[in-house]
Amino acid sequence: MKTMRPKRARIAAVGLAASGAIVLAGCGAANEGSSSGGASAAPSANVSGTISGAGASTQQAATQAWVAGFTGSNPGATINYDPSGSGAGRTQFIAGGVDWAGSDAYIKGDEVAKAQQRCGGDIVEVPVYVSPIAVVYNLPGVDNLQLSPATLAKIFDKKITTWNDPAIAADNPGVTLPSTAIAPVNRSDKSGTTQNFTDYLKAAAGADWPHDVSDSWPVQGGEAAQGTSGVVGAVKAGQGTIGYADESQAQGLGQAKIKVGDQYVGPTPDGAAKLLESSERVSDGGPNAFAFKLNRTVTDASAYPVSLVSYAIACSKYSDAAKSGLVKAYLSYVISPEGQQAAQQAAGSAPLTDAIRQQITPAVSSIA
Amino acid sequence: MTSDTRTDTDRARTDGELTEQAVVPMPLVRGELPRWAPWGILVASLVVVGGILAATGNFGIGLTLVLGALLYAGATYVVSRFVEGGRKATDRVVTIVVTVAFLIALIPLISVVVTVIQNGLARFDGAFFGNSMRGVVGAGGGGYHAIMGTLIITALAAVMSIPIGILTAVYLVEYGKGRLARAITFFVDVMTGIPSIVAGLFAFAFFALFAGPGIRFGFGGAVALSILMIPVVVRSTEEMLKIVPNELREAAYALGTPKWRTIVKVVIPTSIAGIASGVTLAIARVIGETAPLLIIAGLTTGVNLNPFSGRMTTLPVFAYNSYAAPGVPREPFVDRAWTSALVLIIIVLVLNLLARLVAKLFAPKTR
Amino acid sequence: MSAPTTTPTTVTPSTRPVRQLGDRIFAGSATGAGVLILIVLAGVAVFLIAQAIPAFTASPEELPGGRNLAVYIGPLVFGTLLSALIALVIATPLAVCVALFITHYAPRRLAQGLGYVVDLLAAVPSIVYGLWGVAVLAPASLPFMTWLQDYLGWIPLFAGPVSATGRTMLVVGVTLAVMILPIITAVSREVFLQTPKLHEEAALALGATRWEMIRMAVLPFGRSGIISGAMLGLGRALGETMAVAIILSGSGIITFNLISSSNPSSIAANIALQFPDSTGVAVNTLIASGLVLFVITLLVNSIARWIINRRREFSGAN
Repeated sequence: MKTMRPKRARIAAVGLAASGAIVLAGCGAANEGSSSGGASAAPSANVSGTISGAGASTQQAATQAWVAGFTGSNPGATINYDPSGSGAGRTQFIAGGVDWAGSDAYIKGDEVAKAQQRCGGDIVEVPVYVSPIAVVYNLPGVDNLQLSPATLAKIFDKKITTWNDPAIAADNPGVTLPSTAIAPVNRSDKSGTTQNFTDYLKAAAGADWPHDVSDSWPVQGGEAAQGTSGVVGAVKAGQGTIGYADESQAQGLGQAKIKVGDQYVGPTPDGAAKLLESSERVSDGGPNAFAFKLNRTVTDASAYPVSLVSYAIACSKYSDAAKSGLVKAYLSYVISPEGQQAAQQAAGSAPLTDAIRQQITPAVSSIA
Repeated sequence: MTSDTRTDTDRARTDGELTEQAVVPMPLVRGELPRWAPWGILVASLVVVGGILAATGNFGIGLTLVLGALLYAGATYVVSRFVEGGRKATDRVVTIVVTVAFLIALIPLISVVVTVIQNGLARFDGAFFGNSMRGVVGAGGGGYHAIMGTLIITALAAVMSIPIGILTAVYLVEYGKGRLARAITFFVDVMTGIPSIVAGLFAFAFFALFAGPGIRFGFGGAVALSILMIPVVVRSTEEMLKIVPNELREAAYALGTPKWRTIVKVVIPTSIAGIASGVTLAIARVIGETAPLLIIAGLTTGVNLNPFSGRMTTLPVFAYNSYAAPGVPREPFVDRAWTSALVLIIIVLVLNLLARLVAKLFAPKTR
Repeated sequence: MSAPTTTPTTVTPSTRPVRQLGDRIFAGSATGAGVLILIVLAGVAVFLIAQAIPAFTASPEELPGGRNLAVYIGPLVFGTLLSALIALVIATPLAVCVALFITHYAPRRLAQGLGYVVDLLAAVPSIVYGLWGVAVLAPASLPFMTWLQDYLGWIPLFAGPVSATGRTMLVVGVTLAVMILPIITAVSREVFLQTPKLHEEAALALGATRWEMIRMAVLPFGRSGIISGAMLGLGRALGETMAVAIILSGSGIITFNLISSSNPSSIAANIALQFPDSTGVAVNTLIASGLVLFVITLLVNSIARWIINRRREFSGAN
């Protein structure tokens, strides 16, 4: 008699839990009703199927917009993107784990041969995401900070330690600078942003930047924060802080103007797009690999040299025709004016210029 | 409570033995502070500290409370020692220390909950529970896919880990002898040291052996979580089984109960509350994991209810991604991240309730 | 516990003529579960070692940082131990007090609710603690850290200069302490509740005050549980990934200075931060650092086992 009651109660409890799960599972998400019945709903002969990519988290916000835009007109298609990082993305692409990779650094060295082997042919590599990197700072009372490359390098190398240093004053005539200590904030994780920023410092101020170009920050000690959000948060939270972050995430913070030629230029999407246009192509990866060695020492003041370019890396042919069609259609949408505009709205990136698009479109079209 | 009643009886007894008191010069019973004394001293300490701070212009609520508590402890000790003697004084001070420690511990914990609720309420609406992120750009969307992913993956992990964990603990406490038990104990300890991301890498490498490097599925995530969960279940269950009094086991054996029935009917029910608590701890340990799931379960914006095929997003992964890689404007992404955290806590709360229920239903009625 | 904790030999099944079928099945499945763990673990170990070997054999130039493996992993080990030690030093006494408060001081009706709240807090996911640490605790602790530097700056731990954002080793240690506090509390509480009532009542009957009763009956009985809980907490603190990665301003240096912006990172956080963008030997190096974390946790656990075993006479199943 002692065991009867608890047993019934146990069954009731389990039943309750199970029915709760069923109720939850019974209703699908309100926003994805029609995706299964895509064949009849789709007005024209659209592509369908599933492809997956992996790679740089810089592209993630833009990728969300691309996927939303693309699957909006191709309801039968499912596109996944794991923001697992550029290195992991390339590794998985080479291993055949994903259909395309997003990478902040173009593919080079022995990775090219491995990728070609994986594809059984050429690889297709195109820039898809261009964004200026803003030098952000938090210094109450100073609104228009201007910095020359040499000063910038010395600040981040901790050679300049206070804001009223003569070098900073020389870049900002007529501005009263406080004696606050400078707290440079860098990324604590490996990132394409750090890679591009150190690349800029090395190229534009090599004499004052004794460190290597590296995707992990080379100067030991100092304030380090995780990801763009972390850097922006740290710069906001402290006083006298200065850091570097994707311009789209740097709203509400002071953004320094950087000396280009003999003018000081602020970070703008147009400037970043212009930089890509004036940069030289490196063809490490074969005829369809459009990688660019960014022209950090550009003197044209309409270009902004502290920028980042992120690439999509795919195969020129896939064993599965449906897959190659889907990859081709997706990447074509990504580099199209509509796709680039969608990314600009959702992620604040710089749309590719027509000149670049003309160069790279044949590469995407060659996917078969 | 107990100490109060005891001293009352003590006093009654000693009152009747006045003669003895006359013989022995030292009194057997010391005085006792009135019931209001602790409160009086507390208020007085706070007022004194607050007054001094206000007079010197350094007034602050936090500082007043900290210094007031110190003064309170000190004053209580002095007064109690004078009236009640050293042992009672120590007892009173320990009571204060324990209570204050409890209050201190509550501060950050409350702060965590309040922060999450404050930030999470913004998107705690029907849309969050009804929508996934498929096709959503910027504001709107929800975490339905992530909620389902969390429930499915965690449930699978629990189904795998709890029986294995509890059985292993039973083996170690009730059966284990010699080399094998030592080896298992040793390796369970090793397992607690596996960094979570390594568990994800291992699960990925393991399944990639069979299904190729493109493998991403919820079940793999559950396996990775199990690797992290099992040692916690084993360690806490083992601890709880060990403190089941031997008298109970011996009584059962004396009645001729076979060992396995003794374990199932006596040992485990006696310690079920502790085991349930340990299992909840283990689930809590893994339900918030991010790194391993990103590797093996991937990330998707749509709903996937099949753990054996296709990517699955869980709430922590969703929250982490929304926080770490937001779009423009940033607010909708950050709001979704906080709401995910809030929902995650609520899920754990419900699981906790269920565990309590189980513990109550299975526990012996004697206690 | 390395030695068996079975029942006295007089009641072991071996003294019975025939072992029951149920017994055999049950014993078999219990053993099977244990063996399964060994197999999984062997798999993980093989995987880890195989993946870590290239880092040990690679020439120093190929490794991240361009120097040898010890130089790369050393600061990480230091940071891991330091942060976990701070957390343990703060959390253990507090947790024991909280558990005592819930079991022996709070009114009975309140106690159950409090126990529930603590259990719930053990369940807050680590990423939430990370977000909380960086959004709430770091800014809130800035005045305190400035005070430490001003008045206790002569201690190397608080030499400063104080970080501009508060994302320091001290804040990480406190956050980890908050994270592991509920774990230690939950385990300690369960053990304290199991203290034989007879012992407690005997102590009180002898005229002991409440504190003396706790000191003589509850704490000795619960010691193994407290240590076990502390080790569970320490395990979580050592392996904590996301909270440390989000909060800590870390780089590859060794310093005891707890309140400046230069701190050593921890192994798990470093893996999470560096893994996504790593390829080739860099990945192997990270896994090698994971292997080191493995060994550290193992050592810590072995020490704890040794301590528990020395005091095993208080275990119920002796």
